[in-house]
Amino acid sequence: MTRRSMLKGMALALAAGLLLSPAMGHAQPSVLRVRPFGDLKAIDPIVNSDYMARNHGYMVYDTLFAMDETLAIKPQMVDSFQTSADGLTWTFVLRDGLKFHDGAAVTAADVVASLQRWGQRDGLGQQLFANTADIKAADDKTVVLTLKNQWGLVLDALGKPSSNVPFIMPARIARLPATESLTDPVGSGPFIMKKDEWVPGSKVVYVRNPDYKPRADATSGMAGAKQAGVDRVEWLYMPDAQSALNALQAGEIDIFEEMPPDMLELVARNPKIRVQPQDTLATQVVFRMNSLQPPFDNPKVRQAIRYMVDQSVFLAAYVDDPKLYKDCPSFYMCGSPYYTDAGWVKQDLAKARALLKEAGYKGEPVVVLHGTEAGITNTFSSVAEQLMRDIGLKVEPQAMDWGTLTARRTSKKAMNEGGWSLFISAPTGADMMDPLGHLGLRSNCDKAWFGWPCDDQIEKLRGEFAMTPDLGKRKEIAKAIQLRAEETVPYVPLGQLSLVRGVSTKLSDIPAAAVPVYWNIKKAN
Amino acid sequence: MIGYLLRRILATVPVLLFVAVLVFLLLQLTPGDPAVLIAGDYATTQQIEAIRHQLGLDRSILEQLAGWFARLARGDLGVSIFSQLPVTTLIGQRIEPTLLLSLYTVILSIAFAIPLGVVAAYRAGGWLDRVVMGFAVMGFSTPVFVVGFLLVYVFALTLGWFPTQGYVPVAEGWGAALRSLTLPAITLALLYAALLARVTRASMLEVLAEDYMRTAHAKGLGPRPVLMRHALKNTAVAIVTVIGVGVAALLGGVVVTETVFNIPGLGRLTADAILRRDYPVVQGLILLFACIYVVINLLVDLSYLLFDPRIRY
Repeated sequence: MTRRSMLKGMALALAAGLLLSPAMGHAQPSVLRVRPFGDLKAIDPIVNSDYMARNHGYMVYDTLFAMDETLAIKPQMVDSFQTSADGLTWTFVLRDGLKFHDGAAVTAADVVASLQRWGQRDGLGQQLFANTADIKAADDKTVVLTLKNQWGLVLDALGKPSSNVPFIMPARIARLPATESLTDPVGSGPFIMKKDEWVPGSKVVYVRNPDYKPRADATSGMAGAKQAGVDRVEWLYMPDAQSALNALQAGEIDIFEEMPPDMLELVARNPKIRVQPQDTLATQVVFRMNSLQPPFDNPKVRQAIRYMVDQSVFLAAYVDDPKLYKDCPSFYMCGSPYYTDAGWVKQDLAKARALLKEAGYKGEPVVVLHGTEAGITNTFSSVAEQLMRDIGLKVEPQAMDWGTLTARRTSKKAMNEGGWSLFISAPTGADMMDPLGHLGLRSNCDKAWFGWPCDDQIEKLRGEFAMTPDLGKRKEIAKAIQLRAEETVPYVPLGQLSLVRGVSTKLSDIPAAAVPVYWNIKKAN
Repeated sequence: MIGYLLRRILATVPVLLFVAVLVFLLLQLTPGDPAVLIAGDYATTQQIEAIRHQLGLDRSILEQLAGWFARLARGDLGVSIFSQLPVTTLIGQRIEPTLLLSLYTVILSIAFAIPLGVVAAYRAGGWLDRVVMGFAVMGFSTPVFVVGFLLVYVFALTLGWFPTQGYVPVAEGWGAALRSLTLPAITLALLYAALLARVTRASMLEVLAEDYMRTAHAKGLGPRPVLMRHALKNTAVAIVTVIGVGVAALLGGVVVTETVFNIPGLGRLTADAILRRDYPVVQGLILLFACIYVVINLLVDLSYLLFDPRIRY
């Protein structure tokens, strides 16, 4: 062997060793690797109503109340609470031993500052504070909320599971204006964010909060005991679903959120992967019309759309497995407390065409903001466009990315000035459960969700709903709102979809909750 | 020479300024609004207006441009509208994988393409030439995502030699870092090697037909010194130019490859920032890419001095 060939051999062996050997390491902490459904763009869950900011919030913050698996609101940071006989004064006492990640104790002053900031941004929070005469810290552990009038949804507001969630943060952070994003992720939740390891667009790292004191009661939904079951959680954002599937199959990640339905078959026979619902409430797909511009400024045209829709046609176009969707004849989520099928109409294309004629439809273009990035929006928009053509509407789809869509839909202008007629979105079930928090039913004109439906009657009923403490009476009001919405048609529900996640069989104790949360999960070696 | 260098460097200033202003204006014309994206899917018009005001997006374009230049003059590229992290930090996080992937790709491309191009030219018209050119056409024509997923299927999912995705920083060991970049580097190298092999072959064919090559053969030199010492050196200018363009393009980010292999590089940062209308990040990145192109072009021009003594600056 010559010296040159020996050196070549050594170099090759070294290179092969470097490339092929697994990384050398010491005993590794337990790490849960998750491919979240989206990227964490910003860390302020109050300024941002984005669901990833909300999910980040659940990692680092705690809440006063939480929703259990029966959708009841249960104390979380609160040890005990009481209401005065007139229902106007609410007193909340915090649990002992609650600490922020910087070591400071959680005090009633922190709670007051956090709720005040949240109350400026969240819809339900704004209504709570509009009815609040005073909120103050009576002592370090006691918060006293005094209402102006009886308001039936105090616990629903403080325990709401989805955006914007009233997370509790240190007062020094919560004093920031509600339009200015916070930069310090200190909370008192079961995980601590490692901000120095945050690579926006790629990776978010959380470590176990050793000081977190869980409740003693059993876990139920988002309520009860919650504790970090692993030392470290890594959110590894992968924009490409196929790459995420490869990573799950190779064991590089443990959870793949929002697995597209066409991939379910690919993992069905993999013994190392199971598929499960991502949340217990599912999502409602909505067909949202612009009530300010023709042709949808005419209620008869909107009613025509109501008769055009057969939810199962839309749902089956997106997902094959009937277990993953539900034809839900209600504006409220099926299985939620205010669900009702009162006044629900079935698909009748002849009636839809007749209504268009009756409305005097003159062939105005229906400009569809057709989001092409998100699977649900893309598929449902395609089906909607064909059905609208079938009933005689002149359809003008405009393909665009989600960023453009979200900007375009804020425009109230006419079609020839960049306006729009409809878009399709899929809010989580938690935002579509009750008349007050409901995104699509709100009909308070300029203050309503994009599309700006305007109806005094619905607004009056929503006002009554808020002031009614009795659940039975509230259900009656919710039903009346649905009946009225059948006439005004602020939007059309296109059915319920269960988003699913692919999960490694190494994981156990995954909470079945209203939104995806990562406490309590254990990972076998 | 020093005078030439200074002139070239000074000439970059108006180019960079022009690029900066152009990008700023183009972004303003693009539909989309970061305030809407921050406020989220369910914000009201009033909330969006409040955020727009907070971010200064309700000011005139000229005011915003002046503010950006004032910060730039202080070396401050601003902060991301979304993450509130400095643009320099965001770029810093993404430079390492992009730089390493680019170098790895270029080294692999040169190592394969130049010998193949030389051999193909030397055996022009023969079966070896056809095989090499067939490979080049295939490398050129196959989309990177197809090559990427095929490599992942064979070498990651089936054989388990490499990870399917992700990047391991050099801080966690060179071996792990290179292992994580091997499949993406091969994917990109197939494309660049194809280009480089074709350019090498074409330049070599031109040089091999020159009179001085006949002289070299007549002197009794063997094929190896003729090819390596006389022919290849004379093709170097064309080859270096292609390598330079390739390096600049790779450093500018390769979005598809970075997406398929989930590499957090500059390409994905750029694509994400554009989709979110994160103006400060897009502006910072475009300025960086313009600088990269200018510097690499300058280096390529200077390298000509090494290969062709007739060139003087």
